[in-house]
Amino acid sequence: MDFETMSNRKAARQESGASRFVSLRGIWRWLSASLLAISFALPVQAELLIRITEGVDAAIPLAVVPFSKSGDFPAGDDVGDIVRDDLTMSGEFKPLAASRMLSLPSRSEDVYYRDWKMLGQRYLLVGELTLEAGKVNARYELFDVNTEKRLLGETSSAPLKGMRGLAHHISDKVYEAITGIPGAFSTRLAFVTLETGGGKRIYKLQVSDVDGQRASVRLESNEPILSPAWSPDGKSLAYVSFETGRPAVYIHELSNGKRTMIASFSGLNSAPDWSPDGRSLLLTLSKDGNAEIYKMDIASRSLKRLTNHWSIDTEGNWDAKGRGFLFTSDRSGGPQVYLKTSETAEPKRLTFGSRYNARPRFGPEGKYFYYVHQRDGSFHIARMNIETGNETILTKTNLDESPSVSPNGRLLIYATKQNDKSVLTVISSDGGANYTLPAAIGDVREPAWSPMLN
Amino acid sequence: MMLSMQHKAFALALSLSVLAGCSSTGDTMEDEGYGSDVSAVDQEGGSTVYGGDDGSGVSSTGLTDSERLEAREQAQKAEAAAMRKITTFYFDFDTAEINSESRDVLIAHAAFLASSPRTNVRLVGHADERGTKEYNLALGERRANAVQRFLVVNGASRDQLETVSYGEESPAVSGSTESAWAQNRRVEMIFQ
Repeated sequence: MDFETMSNRKAARQESGASRFVSLRGIWRWLSASLLAISFALPVQAELLIRITEGVDAAIPLAVVPFSKSGDFPAGDDVGDIVRDDLTMSGEFKPLAASRMLSLPSRSEDVYYRDWKMLGQRYLLVGELTLEAGKVNARYELFDVNTEKRLLGETSSAPLKGMRGLAHHISDKVYEAITGIPGAFSTRLAFVTLETGGGKRIYKLQVSDVDGQRASVRLESNEPILSPAWSPDGKSLAYVSFETGRPAVYIHELSNGKRTMIASFSGLNSAPDWSPDGRSLLLTLSKDGNAEIYKMDIASRSLKRLTNHWSIDTEGNWDAKGRGFLFTSDRSGGPQVYLKTSETAEPKRLTFGSRYNARPRFGPEGKYFYYVHQRDGSFHIARMNIETGNETILTKTNLDESPSVSPNGRLLIYATKQNDKSVLTVISSDGGANYTLPAAIGDVREPAWSPMLN
Repeated sequence: MMLSMQHKAFALALSLSVLAGCSSTGDTMEDEGYGSDVSAVDQEGGSTVYGGDDGSGVSSTGLTDSERLEAREQAQKAEAAAMRKITTFYFDFDTAEINSESRDVLIAHAAFLASSPRTNVRLVGHADERGTKEYNLALGERRANAVQRFLVVNGASRDQLETVSYGEESPAVSGSTESAWAQNRRVEMIFQ
């Protein structure tokens, strides 16, 4: 490129992106005046939408009969609908439409197995709700249609405003009764939304239910928020925020909004990942020259350097089974995934055969790790069996990022692009798209699936 | 603005004359890991190139040597100032190598910074959207550091140069096209 084209290109860039260019400068000026617009716990609003993208052929046919209701229920959320949506989103069930049901029982004495067999159903869930003094009581039963046996008969209750939580709890019970695996419908998602417009960029760190509902904003900033990571007890998030004009790592207690800046060394402060005992964080810092991985003891703030190489070392992730940690390094020339089995061991390269493999995350069972994998110019999510080295590409989308696995190991959430917007997509952890969660406005990215809660 | 090869050579000559007086050139290459990213400009090549007398409207007849020198210096300063209007430097995918187009411009900036020690610059490294956010944060830092080292090698003081990486968070151009990506892999110099 000669100088002429270079200056033309710059002019073109300024023309097309003028507002953003100006806004960036404005932000710096504004930061130097120490005027940070950071607010907490803004009013709740549904930020994410749900789009079921693909049914699974092998999904189990199941009928969720609309729950009968007694009491003055407000219009809106319906427990039976939420349970049906949860089970659909798991990708493992194919719920029967209520319009095709021949009867609408709500108790075992009203169930005629013949009806449900005729409709080809394997399982049947019935239930009833009562509302008393602001409290919802649910009584529900799950039946195996073939064996004509009751698998589950329970009662649960919650305050009326916690009705969605009650529904997710029922979904968990039903899922576990059928599959033998604990359900993860009562867990939470953390993610970052980005709205741009009018020369402004608004980043919001949010926490929602796994279906994107009941989202609440935990941090809002005009500067980037990155890499939310859940503490193992699910009570805190660690993340990177640029609110001071530089990246720093914070710990944020979700119950009270208390934040602690834990790393703000010169250079990078990024990629936090909690140790399984919750006492320390892996961090990427470049205070000693370039990006290296350190372990920080949270109570004492003491640091221990775990990598030492002139290449980029980042994106550390602990193995909950105690086999060390995974990380990304470009010491071979491009980013690849490495495992370090102890603080002193030589890193072992795990990914080959593609020039870009990065941001590894162990699944909860420790058998697989999930990572961003480039193939034929596209970026996908892949998983590798850590024992055999077998690699499977899980996604068909492009520009995929930030894989995070549900705590029961069954679902994987990641960020991808749709029509130039970043959206979240949930798939089965062995592949197969289930649903997407586009933001109501702007982009949504950096999903992090919580651990099992309480 | 049109910058001819001749003018380019002229600006290079200016930067070389500044470099000649800079004894620390090359002493700052302590970071072996990035040796391939940064190297001092070839101080031999191009030193015989002069151009600028023709076309500037200045006739040499009747001018004293000092007047001629002054005219030349004026022209050189104008060209260096023109070069310094470029404050964004581009990179190939997953590299922090300073390309040949950026070098002459950065040398002009380094010369200016050396002559203006109170000027401070923030070097902001960026990456395109492809790949992972955290790796891109480190890559943006590597790019900003590469520019910082290049400027220091060519005469600027490290104290004048602050670096920060925004990774893929602050694209210059939105969209998922080769052209957008190319314009987003960059380091921007922000004069404070």
